[in-house]
Amino acid sequence: MEHTSAEDIKKHVRTYILVFVALLVLTIVTVGVSYLHLSIVPAVILALLIASIKGALVASYFMHLISEKKLVYFTLILTVVFLITLLSLPLLGFHDTIQ
Amino acid sequence: MQIPYTVAARPDTGLHNSKLGIWLFLASEVMLFGALFSAYILLRVAASEWPHGSQLLNVPLAFLNTVILIGSSVTMVMSWASLMMKDFQKYRRYMGLTILCGFGFLVVKGFEYGAKFSHGLFPSEDLFYATYFTLTGLHGLHVIGGIIVNLYFWGPGSRMWKTEPERFTNRVEVAGLYWHFVDLVWIFLFPILYLL
Repeated sequence: MEHTSAEDIKKHVRTYILVFVALLVLTIVTVGVSYLHLSIVPAVILALLIASIKGALVASYFMHLISEKKLVYFTLILTVVFLITLLSLPLLGFHDTIQ
Repeated sequence: MQIPYTVAARPDTGLHNSKLGIWLFLASEVMLFGALFSAYILLRVAASEWPHGSQLLNVPLAFLNTVILIGSSVTMVMSWASLMMKDFQKYRRYMGLTILCGFGFLVVKGFEYGAKFSHGLFPSEDLFYATYFTLTGLHGLHVIGGIIVNLYFWGPGSRMWKTEPERFTNRVEVAGLYWHFVDLVWIFLFPILYLL
């Protein structure tokens, strides 16, 4: 975003408003879905899916990840790999249960 | 000695140092919250029973807080965009709104916490409340930290606009990246704690 002109920024502003509306709609959707009282597995999948879309919108547009330098992407790819590892650690518990 | 690469991009990274710095910091933050989310998964999967968040927590208030925080993310990015368009007054207005939203979030959270405390519900109550208070408490501390940084850039820190406008714009962008991250964490905390 280093060499962005004032005209570009005006275009960005329109995008920010659209992203804001999308985030509001998705927030309402995620609350609405919770009233459907789905069983736990589809409920978790759906809630995390909506949260991931919202997170991706924030990261892509508000945090400008849609047009960022390579080094930031490398840093984040590494972070995501470690995060997935961290979140998967509880799964090891299934293979090491107390008899 | 002047700090190098606060405005110009470093030739080897292609980024000014503050940008790379904040992303490395945010990477560590992902791991901090990631560890707590991981602990939450472990505790919840292992628990014989776990309450549905909406039965114990106030969903409308959390929904309101979600809207406040998303709104503050928009005003934050607008404050940076205003600086990019060289409109300092607009910057002050949007940054001020961002700070107000931050306080608004804390006030709503305060009501939520207060309602729990008045019913004698503390982190020591059970596993659910322990994870709820730990996750939202750490997130709340991040909101407080963000407000302090934003207040500085709204007030005394904004003097830099007159001497080094580009450097100041970069500072606001970096503060924004942190603020959006705090918003992002809440986007996941809200459904996980309140709706599942």
